[in-house]
Amino acid sequence: MITAERKPFDEILELVDGHNKILVAGCDTCVAICLTGGEKEAEILASELRMKAQADGREVEVEHTAAIRQCEWEYLDMIAAKVDEADVVLSMACGIGIQSMAEKFAPKLVVPAVNTNMLGMPQEHAVWLERCGACGECVIGETAGICPVVRCSKSLMNGPCGGSHDGKCEVTTPEKEDIDCAWHLIWERLKAQGREELMHKIRPPKDWSKSSSGGPRKMVKEEAKPV
Amino acid sequence: MTDDGYKAGSNLEKVLAAGKFAVTGECGPPKSADGSVIEKKAQMLKGYVDAVNITDNQTAVVRVSSMASGVQVQQNGVEAIMQMTCRDRNRLAMQADILGASVLGIKNVLCLTGDHMSFGNHPEAKGVHDLDAINLIKMYKDMRDEKKFQCGEEMPVAPALYIGCAENPFADPFEFRALRLQKKIAAGADFMQTQCIFNVPKFKEWMKEVRALGLHQEIKILAGITPLKGVGAAKYMKNFVPGIDVPQEIVDRMASVEKGPPAQAEGKKLAVEMIKELAEVEGVAGVHIMAVEWEEAVPEIVETAGLLPRPAVA
Repeated sequence: MITAERKPFDEILELVDGHNKILVAGCDTCVAICLTGGEKEAEILASELRMKAQADGREVEVEHTAAIRQCEWEYLDMIAAKVDEADVVLSMACGIGIQSMAEKFAPKLVVPAVNTNMLGMPQEHAVWLERCGACGECVIGETAGICPVVRCSKSLMNGPCGGSHDGKCEVTTPEKEDIDCAWHLIWERLKAQGREELMHKIRPPKDWSKSSSGGPRKMVKEEAKPV
Repeated sequence: MTDDGYKAGSNLEKVLAAGKFAVTGECGPPKSADGSVIEKKAQMLKGYVDAVNITDNQTAVVRVSSMASGVQVQQNGVEAIMQMTCRDRNRLAMQADILGASVLGIKNVLCLTGDHMSFGNHPEAKGVHDLDAINLIKMYKDMRDEKKFQCGEEMPVAPALYIGCAENPFADPFEFRALRLQKKIAAGADFMQTQCIFNVPKFKEWMKEVRALGLHQEIKILAGITPLKGVGAAKYMKNFVPGIDVPQEIVDRMASVEKGPPAQAEGKKLAVEMIKELAEVEGVAGVHIMAVEWEEAVPEIVETAGLLPRPAVA
């Protein structure tokens, strides 16, 4: 799933500074599941903004709403009336949902209340781990179902670097926690599968043109297009 | 700042600071480890240009590095303008390379975004683009003036750099183009070379905007010239090179002469006419002649345009 984190409150205040009619728009899909930007979180942010305005002695109207999916225009029609009334829309959807809103309601000012950070897997309640870089050329069929593109800090393709120690990467998370060495995990799982010969293979340089390096991507499914 | 008040004290900087009309050329390094190619090109241009741009994997095709070729042209008596693109290096490499270039005597650098990998011979490469050209200019300016790395750490000896940038007056949105130059000046650019000009009226229109913002007083502007070898080159640039605006009358003029030497003569004549016209535009401080794989045309063009001898500024 796509995960996102709410921006610091001060940054949000700067983004809506000078506007008196604010609509906080949540999205009830990915960002709701990662407890960042669903209807409940939109309601909480709206309350925080109202309390801040009151404390500052300013008259600001803050409404909240949520779309089932901000990334699909047909769901945006349902919130169009509320968007119309606002000076600024503070979207709590992922980057896709925010842009979808901004495009659908252009030139309405739509600003982000969250930072979209990864394609992650929930590990336990309230913890997500990055699992996919959307590189456009999946290699995990040969790496025991473990992605070296995002789970190896250097996106190596041919086994661990010299910094792998006790199954851990030489890099730590920003919170200074250990990170598993992806290639150590790959090695262990390939052995368990009896496929460790895959580690002997020299994998050629990756085709990054299929990732964002190739420019903005577009996917068309001809067979699914309406006739 | 050097002892005599220059930013880098390069020949190019001195010529421009003295108010002389500058001439720069361009050399593309070869696609092999053949050291003789750049030597020959440098010898061809010696005495005809104030400095020569050394392209950096231009059109995203791998070649001898701009630093190595830059050192080579300087060994052959021509000052280098080392091109540096953001496509192939992150901020560590761009700082390391400019320190290295400086240690080896290179004083001029041209900061570019770089053509996208998809145009070149390694379209599968990952684009770095850690910084953009504007951030690159600022980073080099801070290294020179503040003795600071991008991270803020200080260095004991700063690189002496004359910092250049490029601008394309023919790219869109047109009304943003002069403003983009303004941003580059704010970031720290000392000189600017334009994309090759064929549509002179449009260039003049752009210069009007540049002058209205007073930018011609803040940066040295060198107008880009590319001599056409024939009608084929004109059509190719018109139809296939993004960002180049070749008016139909130029294609027609090149088509009106026979292929081969007559067309080449016409191409050189056109280049000379354009240099003379561009030199009259207020705010144009020089020309940048990009004779792509036709460096041998440069001496005749410079001479016929009345730009010889090149000034020697002490």
